[in-house]
Amino acid sequence: MAVILKAKREVVGQNVLKVDGLPLATGQPKFTLDMDLPGALVGKILYSPYAHAEIVSIDTSEAEKVPGVACILHYGNVPRVPYTTAGQGWPEPSPYDTVLFDKKVRYVGDRVAAVAAETEEAALEALRKIKVEYKVLPAVFTVEEALAPGAPIIHDEEDAEGIYDAKRNIAAAVDVPIGNIEKGFAESDVVVEATCELPYSQHAAMEPHCVIAYFDEDGRLVIRSSTQVPFHIRRVVSRVLGIPIHRIRVVKPRIGGGFGSKQEIILEPVAAALALRTGRPVKMALSREEVFVSTRTIHPAKVRVKLGAKKDGTLHAIELEAILNTGAYGAHGGTTLYNVGSKALPLYNKARNLRFHGKAVYTNLPVAGAYRGYGANQGFFGLEIAMDMLAEKLGMDPIELRLRNHIRTGETSPIFEKLGEGREGKPQVIRSCALEECLRIGAERIGWYEKRRNPRRKGPWAYGVGLACAMQGSGITGVDMAAATLIMNEDGSFRLLVGATDLGTGSDTVLAQIAAEVLGVPVEKISVYSSDTDFTPFDKGAYASSTTYVSGNAVLKAAEEVKRQILEVASEILEEPAEGLILAGGKVVSERTGREVSLSEVGHRAFYVANQRQIAATASFACPESPPPFAAFFAEVAVDTETGIVRVEKFVVVADCGQPIHPKLAEGQLEGAVVQGIGHALYEEMLFSERGSTVNSTFFDYRIPTVLDVPEIEAILVPSDEPTGPFGAKSIAEVGIDGPVPAISNAIYHAVGVRLTRAPFTPERILAALRTKDKERKG
Amino acid sequence: MKIYFELNGRPQYVEVEPGESLLSLLRRLGMKSVKEGCGTGECGVCTVLLDGKPIRSCITFAPKVQGKRVTTLEGLGTLEDPHPLQRAFVEAGAVQCGFCTPGMILTAYALLQENPAPAPYEVREYLVGNLCRCTGYKKIVDAVLLAAKWKREGRWR
Repeated sequence: MAVILKAKREVVGQNVLKVDGLPLATGQPKFTLDMDLPGALVGKILYSPYAHAEIVSIDTSEAEKVPGVACILHYGNVPRVPYTTAGQGWPEPSPYDTVLFDKKVRYVGDRVAAVAAETEEAALEALRKIKVEYKVLPAVFTVEEALAPGAPIIHDEEDAEGIYDAKRNIAAAVDVPIGNIEKGFAESDVVVEATCELPYSQHAAMEPHCVIAYFDEDGRLVIRSSTQVPFHIRRVVSRVLGIPIHRIRVVKPRIGGGFGSKQEIILEPVAAALALRTGRPVKMALSREEVFVSTRTIHPAKVRVKLGAKKDGTLHAIELEAILNTGAYGAHGGTTLYNVGSKALPLYNKARNLRFHGKAVYTNLPVAGAYRGYGANQGFFGLEIAMDMLAEKLGMDPIELRLRNHIRTGETSPIFEKLGEGREGKPQVIRSCALEECLRIGAERIGWYEKRRNPRRKGPWAYGVGLACAMQGSGITGVDMAAATLIMNEDGSFRLLVGATDLGTGSDTVLAQIAAEVLGVPVEKISVYSSDTDFTPFDKGAYASSTTYVSGNAVLKAAEEVKRQILEVASEILEEPAEGLILAGGKVVSERTGREVSLSEVGHRAFYVANQRQIAATASFACPESPPPFAAFFAEVAVDTETGIVRVEKFVVVADCGQPIHPKLAEGQLEGAVVQGIGHALYEEMLFSERGSTVNSTFFDYRIPTVLDVPEIEAILVPSDEPTGPFGAKSIAEVGIDGPVPAISNAIYHAVGVRLTRAPFTPERILAALRTKDKERKG
Repeated sequence: MKIYFELNGRPQYVEVEPGESLLSLLRRLGMKSVKEGCGTGECGVCTVLLDGKPIRSCITFAPKVQGKRVTTLEGLGTLEDPHPLQRAFVEAGAVQCGFCTPGMILTAYALLQENPAPAPYEVREYLVGNLCRCTGYKKIVDAVLLAAKWKREGRWR
C-alpha cells in the first residue's frame, strides 16, 4: 500500500533495507546464546510443584554431591531483597513483592532454587536431588476466590512494599469518577452493558528467555541478555545483589521477539548471583515448557462496559470496570489496570459522565506481566463490543456511531489528566488524528456497507463483517526518557549510539533513518550500536510503544546539534557564515556562492587540521505527552453453523501512526499484531489443572497462528502529521493488537447473531451460543 | 561415537554422543544460525536441510546424519555474497526479530528446488510447520514469491 507523505524526504518515509536485515538473514551469530564462553556453567531452576506452599526445609546435601555441581542457591543462602520483576522506570509503580528466592511459593512454576553445574545433565540431576519439604497451603485460582472473605493471603510477607491491600489479595485498585455516572445513565435514552473475558495467554516469542552472566577481565559483571530493558536490569540487579551500578554492564544483542515478555527481569539476577557465587560464567536458557510455566503472561481480565447514549447516538455516560488477574506476583498489575481505562476511555470523549474502576488481584496462577496492548486490548475488547450493541439498539451503523463520538484533533479527554502510569496523568490535547479517514478507507476495502446489508450464506457457512476501533500511546507521559549519542567519523560517516532496544521491530533502522535525514546522508553512513549500558546512553527500554517517538526525538535532537557543528566547521573552511550553508547529499553547499565542501573534508579538518574537536552530540528527550496512534479494524468471518468453526476470511487494519518513518516496517508491526490478536480471538488460552499447573505448555497444545491460519490481511497506513513527533511520527507497535478480538466477535454476531464475549471464540463456545439462541427462539 | 557427514559442502568427521541432537551438534560446530525455539519439533525454528529436505534438527539424533549432506543457513550465502532468498527476505520486509528466519529460508529453499513456480497457497502450505510470532507471515510469503520470480528470471538456480 502506497503511503502519501507530507513532504518529500530523502530517507524518512523510504523503505530502506533494515540495518540488521542481511546479518539476520545470513544467520550471523547475533543472539544472546550465539556467544560461546569457555568454561561457562549451565544454570537451571527448580520450580514449585505446588500452587501455594511454605517451604519447611531444603536439603541440598545429595544434590551437591552430583559431580560437576558448582553452586546451589535458595532462600537460605541468598540475601532477601524485595523488588519487582517489572522492568519499569524508577521508582517502579509495581509492588516490591518478589525476592530472589522465598521460603514460600505462590504458583506452580515459582522459583525454589537454582543450580549451576558443568553440564546441563549434572544441573538437572542436582535439581532432582534437592529435597524440599513443603507445607501445602490452600490456593485460589480465580479472582472471585481470591477476593472472597477468608481467602488465603498470597502475600503475607512483612517486607513487601506497594501492595494496595495484601490482606484481601488486591495488588492494585482504581476508582476514578468524572461527572455523575448514575445521573448520566438516567439521562440516557439507550443503555447497553457488556461483560467480556480475556483468558490467560502468552507472548510466545520464538526465542525462549536466556542470559549469560560473567565477570570480565576487570572483575565487572557483564550480563548479556535477551531483554527489552537493559538499563532497568542494571539497576535492579545492582539492588538485589548489592553490586554497584558502575560494576555492572548489560548488553542486549539481537533478541528473538519480546512483545512485553522480556520487559521482565526474570533470569538476570539469578544468573548473576550464580556467577557471583562461583566466579564462573553462567549460561541460562529456558526450555519452551519453562517459558510457558514460569515466565509471564497477558493479564487475564473481566471487563464490564456500560454505555448510555442519546437517541442521536451521542454517548452520554460510560462506565468501565476491569478486574485483572495479576497472578502470583504484581508485576505490571497496577499499570496494566490503569491502562485499561486510560487507553480505552479517551477514544470516545463526547461522554461527560465517566467512571473507571477496577482491581488487579493476586491468584495462585502464573504471573501476568506486560504484553503488547498492555490493558488497551482488554479495554477495547469490552468497549468495542458494547459499541456494537449500542449501534444495534440505536438502529445506527457502527461506523456512524464511532464517527459521532470519537476524539478529534484539537480535542481532549479528562481521562488523560486523571489516569496515568499507576497514578494521576497529565492533561493532553490530541494534535493528530486520522481515525475518520481510517474508518472510511477500511469500510471501502472490506466492502462494509454492501456486506452489512446483504450478509452471505453458503450451505452451513454464514458470513459477517464487524469492526472495532482503538488507540494507544507513544511512550509514557512524564516518565519515559531516552538519550542518543551521535559521533562523526572523519570520512563523513557517523556512529549512532542509542540505549533504545530493538527487539526485532526495526527500531535501529528507524532511528538511523531519522539521523540520516537530518544529516543528509544515506542510512549506510550511519552505524547503529544499541542497548549496551557501558557504551550507549540511557534509554528506558522498548515498551509502551515508545521507541520511535521518545528515542526518535532524542536522535533528532542529537542529529540537529551535530548538523550545527558540521556547518560550523564548513563555515570555517568556506569562510562564509554558517547561516547560508545547506547540508545535503553528503556535503555542505553554500547557497550564495555554490561552493561546496564534502563531509569528509569537514571531518578531516575537525580531527586533524585546525580548531580540532570531535563532532558529536548527546541529546535526551523526556516524554512530555503521549500522542496516540489510532486504528480501525474490519474483520470478515465465515461461521460454520454446524461445527462452530470460525474462519477469518479477510482482515483490514487501517492505522494512523503519524508520518511513518519506514512504511514497510510499520505495516509489519500491524500485520504481526493483528495475527497475534487473531490468535487471541480464536485459538490461544493457557489451561490449568485443578492444582493450578499449566496443562498446555508446548506449541502442540498451545496453538499460535500458523501461516495457514492467517487470512488475507490488508494493512494500510493513513498518515497524519504529529507536530511533536520526529518528522511527524507516532507509535505503531501495539495498537494493532487492540482490535482483532472485538472486531471478530462483532463479525460473528453479524454472521450468526450470537455475541461471543469470552475469548477465544472456539467452536465449542460458538456451538453452545448457537444452541442457546436456538432454544430461546423456540421458547 | 564418530560420524562422518558433509556440512555445507565440507566433510566433517566428528565425535558425537549417541543421544545428542543434530541441533546441539551443529551449534557446537559453530553453525549458530541453527536456533532452538521449542526443542520438541513443533516450531520449525531449528530447520536444516538433510540431503536437501527440511528436517527439524532438535528432534533428529546427530548420528542419523552419518554419510549424508547437511545444509544450514551458513551454507546458503554469506554477508558478502548472500543468496537471493536471503536478499528477498530482507527486501520484502520478512525479517523482524530474525529468530525464525534461518528455518524459514531453508524451508523456502527446499520448496523452490521442488517447485520453482509455487502459487501463494503452495508457499503457505509448505511453510506451515515454521512458526513466526512477529510478522503475521504476509511478508514472508511475499519474500518467497519474490525469490521464486528471481529464480524463474534466471537470477539463481
